[in-house]
Amino acid sequence: MKSYGKYLAKRLFYMLLTLFLIASITFFLMKLLPGTPYTNQDKLSEEQIYIMNEQYGLNDPVPVQYLRYMGGLVTGDLGTSFQFDNTPVTQLLSTRVGPSLQLGAQAVLIGTILGIVLGVIAAMKQNTWVDTAATFTAIIGRSIPNFVIAVLLQLVFGVYLKWFPIALWDGGFRSSILPTIALAISPLADSARFIRTEMVDVLSSDYIELARAKGLSRWAVAFKHGVRNALIPLVTILGPMAVALMTGSMVVENIFAIPGIGEQFVKSITTNDYPTIMGVTILYSAMLVFIILVVDILYGVIDPRIRVSNERGE
Amino acid sequence: MSNILEVKDLNITFDTFAGKVQAIRGVNFDLKKGETLAIVGESGSGKSVTTRSIMRLLSQNANIEKGEILFNGQDLVKKSEKDMQGIRGKEIAMIFQDPMTSLNPTTTIGKQVAEPLRIHQNMNKEEAHARALKLLELVGLPNAKNRMKQYPHQFSGGQRQRIVIAIALACSPEILIADEPTTALDVTIQAQILELMKQLQSKIDTSIIFITHDLGVVANVADRVAVMYAGKIVEVGTVDEIFYNPQHPYTWGLLASMPTLETEGSLYAIPGTPPDLLDPPKGDAFAPRNAYAMKIDTEYEPPMFKISDTHYAATWLLHEDAPAVEPPAEIKARQELFKKRYAEGHPVAEGGTV
Repeated sequence: MKSYGKYLAKRLFYMLLTLFLIASITFFLMKLLPGTPYTNQDKLSEEQIYIMNEQYGLNDPVPVQYLRYMGGLVTGDLGTSFQFDNTPVTQLLSTRVGPSLQLGAQAVLIGTILGIVLGVIAAMKQNTWVDTAATFTAIIGRSIPNFVIAVLLQLVFGVYLKWFPIALWDGGFRSSILPTIALAISPLADSARFIRTEMVDVLSSDYIELARAKGLSRWAVAFKHGVRNALIPLVTILGPMAVALMTGSMVVENIFAIPGIGEQFVKSITTNDYPTIMGVTILYSAMLVFIILVVDILYGVIDPRIRVSNERGE
Repeated sequence: MSNILEVKDLNITFDTFAGKVQAIRGVNFDLKKGETLAIVGESGSGKSVTTRSIMRLLSQNANIEKGEILFNGQDLVKKSEKDMQGIRGKEIAMIFQDPMTSLNPTTTIGKQVAEPLRIHQNMNKEEAHARALKLLELVGLPNAKNRMKQYPHQFSGGQRQRIVIAIALACSPEILIADEPTTALDVTIQAQILELMKQLQSKIDTSIIFITHDLGVVANVADRVAVMYAGKIVEVGTVDEIFYNPQHPYTWGLLASMPTLETEGSLYAIPGTPPDLLDPPKGDAFAPRNAYAMKIDTEYEPPMFKISDTHYAATWLLHEDAPAVEPPAEIKARQELFKKRYAEGHPVAEGGTV
């Protein structure tokens, strides 16, 4: 266990290093963006712009600005947004990140669990109509963009059936159901296809036959001995999938009027709201490196062979 | 001795894209209580399919066309899948060929050994765990107590095969099917595993079907031998009869192609390849590769001719009208030895050496 703590410490160090590099690169790239933070620049005099720039520290040389920003970052200060009523970026993010995270997490959880079930059933009923139907569902789910699904869901369950609000976010579970479904379709389809292929492989392996020879039924064998082994490769795609969901749901957030972080990000880029761009980028990156760590730990939980190699060779 | 298992006229086909492959074409044999029956033959002769059919673990494209598999008088072919689940692992257990892949890589070995006990004997976790430890000690796994929580990758091939044997023996099965249990192991470990199986058989009263293509192994472990070729049993007899008085030209070929300490120069090999069982040949399937083949071999399949109460072979050479043939020198020497020893009144292969 001691070596495991050492492993985690080492990983944490690399995570911080990664975030530092991302923040630095983003900072300089962002400065290359054309335009200024002022939407009404034509009406401003040279002097006014100078005073404004001075106030936000934008007249200093870029390296000085960089050092100042990084200094603030270390103390947890992400600066003040230019656009959103001078709100501190940390506050802006913390109020907006909740809905996005909640939706993303719900979608990943529901999507992968249902996907695994669907994939396992398809593999067990390999080459029957059940398998074909599952594959068909997966392909449909994969190829229809989630905003199309979102609109269809609104139409059917919001407009016709009136089961759920059409586009409303009140922080409750009910209002999160339709967006969650819309977002969950693609991870569901991905994991179903993935698990089906893996399961077919696993089911033809020797240890499955031995488990059958012990007197277990086909389904008991599939769940007790098959799924866990089939999950190992799925974990690999789970990380990027989760990040994509939590960050890439801007369109769906817009459709369902969810005050999420995606919308903020787009707005901040088009308005050269430097602190917000930096803040959102750092947040996304932090989420990504954190999820990668979680995925690596998950590997170890699922596959003892990986656990050991971590402990030995870190 | 009573028969614990009787296989009668078993016919199994496989559906393939090319058509129906007739993998098993009328196999008959029986297994007596407490004995070890070896089934030998080259790859594709149907050894494994025969035993998989006893376990009813054939792949989905396999069909048992006809025949009976009587286990203590009950026909396993007619059993439901549910009934078979109660028999597998409890009354008939199996050891597989490759210990490197036959254990679940993500489950501790303690759990894997305890599993059949939990299914069949309604043991709780602690009881099953304690019994699993006993089993692992029985099969000679070193430091078993501390290794129950380890995973398969932390064991060597020989150790893993011991674990697989422990799983098979968990519920003290009446029949143990060993499907080439030593083929994937290196020679020193092979000897250890064979020694272990012999020891265990004397401790536990179980009948063993031992599948192998290694005749050296057969001489070591078996009481009786069935030789399979192209989905049929072509010769069956006691170990002595098969090794010292073989009658079928295929058995001659197998024995002659086994290296001995005296082998000099090049090793004999049976010419040709086994027939395509999509379209089995008319007559004796071995005829095209048989230097002793007669005209009738290409027309009619030979029946089983009786040589002794325990010894049968399916070759027209044993028909009363067949001309006398000179078997290969190697086989002739064996037969001479057999006749001499039997005349003196003591069997040949005591201790199981060839």
